[in-house]
Amino acid sequence: MSPIGEGVRATPDAGTQVGAAGGGARVGPVESPSLEDVDRGETTDELLTLNFGPHHPATHGVLRLLVTLQGEVVRDLKPIIGYVHTGIEKTAEDKSYWKVIPIVERMDYLAYYFNAMAYVGAVESLLEVEVPTRAQYLRVIHLELNRIASHLIWLGTSALDLGASSIFLYSLRERELILDLFEMSSGQRMHTRYFQVGGVIEDIPTGFASKLREFLQIMPGRVDEYGAILNSNEIVLRRLRGTCPLDADTLLELGVTGPLLRAAGNPWDLRKAAPYSSYEHFEFKIPVGTVGDNYDRFAVRLAEIYESVRIIEQALEGLPEGPHITEDRKVALPPRHELATSMEALIHHFKLVTEGFRVPPGEMYYPIESPRGELGCYVRSDGSSRPARVHMRDPSFVNLQALSHMTRGSYIADLIATTAMLDPILGGIDR
Amino acid sequence: MEVRRERIGPSGAGARSAAGGARAGAVSGEELRVQSLSARQLLRGGDLEGANQPAQLEGADLERYVQERVLTTTLDKTVAWARSNSFFPLSFGLACCAMEQFHAAGPRMDIARFGFEAFRASPRQADLIILAGRVSIKMAPIIRRLYDQMLEPKWAISMGACCSSMGVFNNYALVPADKFMPIDVHVPGCPPRPEALMHGVLKLRKLVQDDPDMGWRERYDAVGTEEHPLNA
Amino acid sequence: MPDATGLELLAQELGDAAIETVYYRKRATIVVDPAQIRAVLQTLRAKGYAFLASVHGVDHYPEEPRLGVIYELLDMSRVDRVAVKLRVPTEAPRVESVTADWPTADHQEREVYDMFGVVFEGHPDLRRILMPEDYEGHPQRRDFPLGGEPVIFTRDETKWLEARSE
Repeated sequence: MSPIGEGVRATPDAGTQVGAAGGGARVGPVESPSLEDVDRGETTDELLTLNFGPHHPATHGVLRLLVTLQGEVVRDLKPIIGYVHTGIEKTAEDKSYWKVIPIVERMDYLAYYFNAMAYVGAVESLLEVEVPTRAQYLRVIHLELNRIASHLIWLGTSALDLGASSIFLYSLRERELILDLFEMSSGQRMHTRYFQVGGVIEDIPTGFASKLREFLQIMPGRVDEYGAILNSNEIVLRRLRGTCPLDADTLLELGVTGPLLRAAGNPWDLRKAAPYSSYEHFEFKIPVGTVGDNYDRFAVRLAEIYESVRIIEQALEGLPEGPHITEDRKVALPPRHELATSMEALIHHFKLVTEGFRVPPGEMYYPIESPRGELGCYVRSDGSSRPARVHMRDPSFVNLQALSHMTRGSYIADLIATTAMLDPILGGIDR
Repeated sequence: MEVRRERIGPSGAGARSAAGGARAGAVSGEELRVQSLSARQLLRGGDLEGANQPAQLEGADLERYVQERVLTTTLDKTVAWARSNSFFPLSFGLACCAMEQFHAAGPRMDIARFGFEAFRASPRQADLIILAGRVSIKMAPIIRRLYDQMLEPKWAISMGACCSSMGVFNNYALVPADKFMPIDVHVPGCPPRPEALMHGVLKLRKLVQDDPDMGWRERYDAVGTEEHPLNA
Repeated sequence: MPDATGLELLAQELGDAAIETVYYRKRATIVVDPAQIRAVLQTLRAKGYAFLASVHGVDHYPEEPRLGVIYELLDMSRVDRVAVKLRVPTEAPRVESVTADWPTADHQEREVYDMFGVVFEGHPDLRRILMPEDYEGHPQRRDFPLGGEPVIFTRDETKWLEARSE
């Protein structure tokens, strides 16, 4: 690394920094001067409460932060959310099981395939439906493409926050290629409802594989370019290195998973620990950081793009022949050409489209690894054709609780950088 | 809270623009001919139809009257042309539609080739608010405040199905944008492609240039059937 | 997930706090007495389930007791999950908050309070988190109406307006 980024950085009030990487930080109330102290004149600065958002260029969505400042140092932070609460979980109780898929997709709106995967996985577990291997590989391809697309937007918007605004246009250029691939396989760029209960809705068309290969050939070179641009930018390095670290134990207490936990050194990744949908067939590494500061969070996500490219390459090479959705006609629609010849197929089609399949009563929690951490879907069924409760355990909702611990004792500029590195998606937070 | 919706009449951005009086809105050949006939009649001092009745003006008054009309019209058109080609959108994204809004500003579907790439962070400096995403009941008063903080002339585009109507989620938590602020252009889609958003923005540009596309209500003779919140 | 026998052993260790165990589709759930939830979670933490993945609510309408709160626990070293469930009636929806032991439950318990009305005693800051502060009602309960706008097709618009003005 260039020596520029390792220069001396003036830390504000290193003594009062709660949650520093050095000491084992306990999670507790903040030690900020009380109003009585201010009255008695025992502090030189007053405390100012600043409202940050919900409309703000740096809040990555409609996040509102109540920041208590002493000078320019953040003493306390309270996130206020709910500004894009859509009642997704309540709407999902009103629709039949396959109609819930588009509802639930729009929750974490950058990781739409992951939302669908968690929900569909939960329903498949309840129904004990087997997903054919080809469908599992296709799911993996689309999930990893979505992971790359999500990290690209994170990269673009974070670089925009830090001032490197040209990266935004570069990352959108790559994302256009990915969205072209999604459009090829499902007809829609975002919120594709490509994953269905039992598999995927359609097989990939001809030309998809060759276009995907072209994309996979250029992607690592592009990520190298982004790394080269940002890693030689002194301002980005100074803003990210050493700022707002938080150790892995505190993060685990706060329930944080995903790249934030991996940046702190804990290699917990559900794709390796509890593999689902054939992830165990692929060889890939888990990038892990050392210090847990903003630079590690940035580097871990950038490295994850390389690993996702590797996974897609392996999935594409090993894509087996077979059906793209389960053959169980009670769960998946029969192919259209069968409707002309088979009466049973017609009846199944009619039943599935009008009422939908029924799921025996039970509960299921299905966790997967989304670009932001553990995304879990809890489905409770009561025997009818509509779910009785759908709850998405969104990683950003839980990760947001770590923001106040990370930013205590740091400057406002570090707060901006940390919010960017936290990668909050308000659609998932507010549901 | 009073919400007043002003209809965009067929003669241009009717009550919204500053200039009053007779205005040459349309640019079709037929209407130009009518305009020139009325101007000639005016100069000759004859009787005019419609709202223009200055048939009794003479001499210097008449000349000044004519000068005012012709110059004002051209100036208005120039100002409208300049305004329409330099929207400053407010950087405002709520949910998934914001991602497609990014793509509209991205390298492939470039919003900058029309001159609209200057996204302003402050509502005081912006004149176009693109509501990209679903509007929850907690966010609606804040959006209204932002809209009020914008200076005239200002326009609003409702992007996506969720803010135009209720979209995919017809439930307790959302409110369609029409209920609390006037919207000029609705762009359907979930999310609308960047090309669709561009189409909406270009439609707004045409509208600001006093050449609005005929709305569907005019086309299907359904004027007067809008849902007015005040009547509720 | 622990298998069915492992689940039974776990429930026995909890003693009288465990009311019921459910093992369905490889998912282990222990239904516990609401008054002892903190002790139960501490016991499970000692057994290795040190990560609280999720706290969420369920409404069992029309079965009583109606409101349920589910705690999803994860043992990272053995990759084992177990769910702890408790049920409280709507008349007395009070549960002790576990935020002091598990800081991750902070926002999640606020969400359960907001959506279902379960009051968590001892929570540092129990306010509504997703709905506006002055909202009345708990939206995710099953007897709360879905709401929304009535769908009016264009051809019905005039008739609807006339009907409203009568």
